[in-house]
Amino acid sequence: MIIKCPYCGPRDVIEFIYQGDATRKRPEPASTDQAAWNAYVYDRTNTGGSHREFWLHGGGCRQHLVVTRDMSSHAISSVALARDVAASINDGGRA
Amino acid sequence: MAERQSPLGAFFVPGDHGNAAAGVGVTLRERKNLSIVQVTAWIDTIPAVLTAIGSATGLVLQNKPGLGRVAGEKSVFGFAPGRYFVVGATPDLELRLRSAISSDLGTMIDLTHGRTVIRIGGPGSEWVLSKLFAIDFSEHAFPIAYGRATLHHDIHANIQRIDDETFDIYVFRTFARSFWQTLGHAAAEVGYRVE
Repeated sequence: MIIKCPYCGPRDVIEFIYQGDATRKRPEPASTDQAAWNAYVYDRTNTGGSHREFWLHGGGCRQHLVVTRDMSSHAISSVALARDVAASINDGGRA
Repeated sequence: MAERQSPLGAFFVPGDHGNAAAGVGVTLRERKNLSIVQVTAWIDTIPAVLTAIGSATGLVLQNKPGLGRVAGEKSVFGFAPGRYFVVGATPDLELRLRSAISSDLGTMIDLTHGRTVIRIGGPGSEWVLSKLFAIDFSEHAFPIAYGRATLHHDIHANIQRIDDETFDIYVFRTFARSFWQTLGHAAAEVGYRVE
């Protein structure tokens, strides 16, 4: 599998580390809702299709990435720097 | 000043090695007496840091992924967003960068004692490096003066292209001897000269 890093360009998957589901929404830190925290930590939908994920380009620029990958075919439809995605969300949009 | 010891030790053997049938395919040497500084800009200070690097070294860069400059013993290249290797042969490089880059602009760390720089040159250099690193070394994908951060058997390395057939490889000093031996094995096919 080749992931096209926004900074480094196309690189083999051996340079990357999977860092989990990027669709999870963390509960407010002060929340005492045990069900919400349990869902955040443990529940995964395993959609089987297009999925947003965090990857770390540990063997290259060492940036966190948000990758949209088809979990059946491994086809990658988008890759962005996680900090750009976060900035976009903070600005009110969604990458 | 005491002379810094090379980590290559007894494995640095000047002369010709490997397959000599077609002449010398690549030349290997260790670049010594360099200062190596990693500079990191904050997310909104990248242009200001590039300007400061330019004023401290004379090497002016634009903010473009992997872009670098080479002038004699001096070089600079980006290897991640807002992160740069700045290299020079003068021991006051870190001092000059620190006077140009305040903590408002970014951070820096002196890697001089943590990295070994191996220069590989010659017509076989792209071929030999392609055996070790899973990146495209052709000149259209890896232009002159550009830098790359990549892996060799899970070990991090930074590479800068110096000219059409010359590359500088920055490896961890503690892995330098192992890497040097592996590089020699990879270069044996084309014949190599150690200078």
